[in-house]
Amino acid sequence: MTVSPEALLAIVLMALATYAIRAGGLVIADKLPRDGFFAAWLRHIPGAVLAALIAPAIATGGIAEAAAAAITALVFVATRSLFPAMAAGVIAVYLIRLAV
Amino acid sequence: MSRRQNGSALDELARGARLCLPVCVSVAAYGLVWGVLAGQAGLSVLEVLLMSGLVFAGSSQFVALDLWTSNPAALPIAAIVVAVAVVNLRYVMLTATLRPLFPGRLGPGAFAAMFAATDENWALTVGEMKRGPTSPAFLVGSGLAIYLAWLGATLVGRLAGAAIDDPAAYGLDFAFTATFLALLLGMWRGKADLVPWLVGAAAALVAARLIEGNWYIIIGGLVGSLAGAFLETRSRRDRLA
Repeated sequence: MTVSPEALLAIVLMALATYAIRAGGLVIADKLPRDGFFAAWLRHIPGAVLAALIAPAIATGGIAEAAAAAITALVFVATRSLFPAMAAGVIAVYLIRLAV
Repeated sequence: MSRRQNGSALDELARGARLCLPVCVSVAAYGLVWGVLAGQAGLSVLEVLLMSGLVFAGSSQFVALDLWTSNPAALPIAAIVVAVAVVNLRYVMLTATLRPLFPGRLGPGAFAAMFAATDENWALTVGEMKRGPTSPAFLVGSGLAIYLAWLGATLVGRLAGAAIDDPAAYGLDFAFTATFLALLLGMWRGKADLVPWLVGAAAALVAARLIEGNWYIIIGGLVGSLAGAFLETRSRRDRLA
């Protein structure tokens, strides 16, 4: 049960930034455009960030990672559920690494 | 209808929490995965409790884990905070739509309630607001239920994950990529998502080669989302013209 000063600082800053954004929306509610470029931009951020996160991981991985990513995607599309998709990906990468 | 308007704040708090229970189950599953990954990333049990308890924003916490280092001296604090803020920027739109819950001047209660706003109970509360006058207590009650589910599940995940000694030997190093991929696919709303995702991925690949560190995540996210917004507003203008 320890926390390093660096981790504590990171967590507190993460928390402050997140809370400021949550409260900020309420404060500027009447001035915020509900559609148009700004709204579309905010809507697209989380997906683009996740795509940016996984692209190098898959591109720099080998056959096992690429195949397991495909299996993860298939299981997610079939089940619409995070846990089975993650589990299938992990099991797939484990088995393929054993085989190749 | 009349029952809702006459209900006390406490009733509304409980009703929000009750209606949120099915959502809590999926939040807990997601939290369990986050907890296991947090252990792999080197977060202590206390750090897991602090992060889940103070930040309380799932997708940004997943992104933070990807940047986390088990060596505190190497922790890229600035990159983590910027990445978390960028992922959470969308909350501006969510909480702005909750403004009608608080008629008149914003008091301390309204600001306190914002801590409880998440994607899930925001959707639930906006649904209630469409049906009639809604109490802020509904938002807070549903938020508290999600808060407890998130905090509890991430803690259990962290404790259970500690039993695994060598994650890479079981393919668990791939759990990050698999989880992010599933999270991403879950965000699919239509063809308009394709461009920001592909541009974001391409920009990240280029940035990862050119720039030291983990800034490729933020660069890819910003470039991809701007491309998506640009294309979306342009195609709408074309249709109108």
